[in-house]
Amino acid sequence: MRWIFEPGFFSSHAVHVACAVGSIVAVVSGVVGVFTVMRGQSFAGHSLADVATAGGSGAFLVGISPLFGFVAGGVVGAGAMEAIGVRRARGRDLATGIVLGAAIGLAALFLYLSTTQTSTTGASQQILFGSIFSTVSSTVPIVAIFSVVCLGIMALVHRPLLLSSVSTDMAAARGVPVRVVALLYMLALALAVGLSSLAIGAILSTALLIGPAAIALRLTKRIGWAMAAAALSGVSAVLVGVLLAYDSYYWSSTHAYWPVSFFIVVIIFLGYLATELPFVRTATTRRGGSEPSAGTEVQQ
Amino acid sequence: MFANFMINAWTVATIVAVIAGVVGFFVVLRGSAFAAHAIPNGAFAGAAGASLVGINTLVGLGVFAVLAALGIGALGRRGRNDVVTALALVVMLALGAVFLSQTTEYEPEIFSLLFGEVLGVASNEILPVAVLGVVCIAAVLVLYRPLILSSVVPDIGESKGVSSQRMEMVFLVVVALATAMTVPVVGALLIFSLMIGPPAAARSFTNRPPLAILLSVAIALATVWAAIAISFVTNWPIGFFVGALSALSFGVGRAWVAWRRTRTVRLETASTTLAQT
Repeated sequence: MRWIFEPGFFSSHAVHVACAVGSIVAVVSGVVGVFTVMRGQSFAGHSLADVATAGGSGAFLVGISPLFGFVAGGVVGAGAMEAIGVRRARGRDLATGIVLGAAIGLAALFLYLSTTQTSTTGASQQILFGSIFSTVSSTVPIVAIFSVVCLGIMALVHRPLLLSSVSTDMAAARGVPVRVVALLYMLALALAVGLSSLAIGAILSTALLIGPAAIALRLTKRIGWAMAAAALSGVSAVLVGVLLAYDSYYWSSTHAYWPVSFFIVVIIFLGYLATELPFVRTATTRRGGSEPSAGTEVQQ
Repeated sequence: MFANFMINAWTVATIVAVIAGVVGFFVVLRGSAFAAHAIPNGAFAGAAGASLVGINTLVGLGVFAVLAALGIGALGRRGRNDVVTALALVVMLALGAVFLSQTTEYEPEIFSLLFGEVLGVASNEILPVAVLGVVCIAAVLVLYRPLILSSVVPDIGESKGVSSQRMEMVFLVVVALATAMTVPVVGALLIFSLMIGPPAAARSFTNRPPLAILLSVAIALATVWAAIAISFVTNWPIGFFVGALSALSFGVGRAWVAWRRTRTVRLETASTTLAQT
């Protein structure tokens, strides 16, 4: 056991906080992410992390809690994308790109102003890359509360959302308020991404949103199972990643921790590549699994 | 503003704007905005890696950008392109995080790779940028017809022997080359706005590809020149102005389209009322 768990792993406070925050975020991201992948909105999901970052750096500059900056940035960004969004997928990507470009410009300005005025070194790197180990334990309850809100929205809209993700026309014909449902879903996405990019950084936010969900949709086509599988694989990637990052301190003579985001991302990526393997693909196809593409065959 | 140390900045920024305007037109036409965002970010990781092992940054930028492009093209074949792009992006950024954690590179270096440092361009950096720029433009010129065909009507392209998958691969490599040379100048995050905003604005004004490309280059040039000038005066980061002006030009384009539409409707209603009287 000592070879797997280096001394102090179970008693380290930072590890506890990292595991708690990482798991909460992984569950929420997995649930929301299944819809993100199905609707082909990975770009929006990733962009919201950067947009939230811009909000966070703005909050950093004026000296209020970055939390509000991240959440407000995400929500405003999601609203802007919906507002200028065109119905066709290409137009949607363009709208996302414009919002993203403007937000990055703002982030550049905020970061520049905060580094020149307050001389806080490391601000840009911390905001961009974040670190699950530097999460303050007081953010855990806040992350938990917002996660409950986010899951509540998903519980409320998941049935009409599923229908309108599969076929917008059919949903509209059945009397589903398609725009409202899409807006509520974007709100949930913005909350999930804003929180996760605050807690664990923009890279991990995207990785946990898209990766586990894409893996899950490769393995099963039932939406409930897909959500559960996404949450489960996200949580396991986080826990194993935290463990490896903790152990990495002893790997080289320089005694520097490798970034935990690296391990989590690599685990998720390997998992995704594994679903490309021929025998996994035939096994799931025999059971009736399908590509997540178009999402037309997804059942309730 | 036009002092000696600024000449390099103006030269390089002009080349960058021309490339971004031309390549960006196809990015917008093909709807590859996400790839255009992911590849520069991957290149950023390459720069971090190159500075870790102590080789020329441009090599690291180029290698990682091309790797990202090929990875997205190869894995994106069957699965969904946007999922693969997102995964490639996070893998590259995670590698960048590892490189950064192992170096002692100090903060302003990272900041300038992400957000650009056009005022710090050295004379010997101009030549590689110009060469890669010529290669990119030449590639686009050679591929011009099949590229437009497979972007607009991929089915007809396939029937005429233009494999849209191979085209996607080649195009992503062109984006990668365009990116590798521009990242040190305008930064990984802002070459993206330059490749999206001006071309999207240009497409609002005209549907004819050659005219749209010219217009896109013109808007990109205006954006970059104005950004340098304002940045020089205010001392604020150039990235902010590039981002803001790109979004602004897109907004103007959309407003123009909306105005044209209402005017045609108004003219039509006017003529029908005239016909009725």
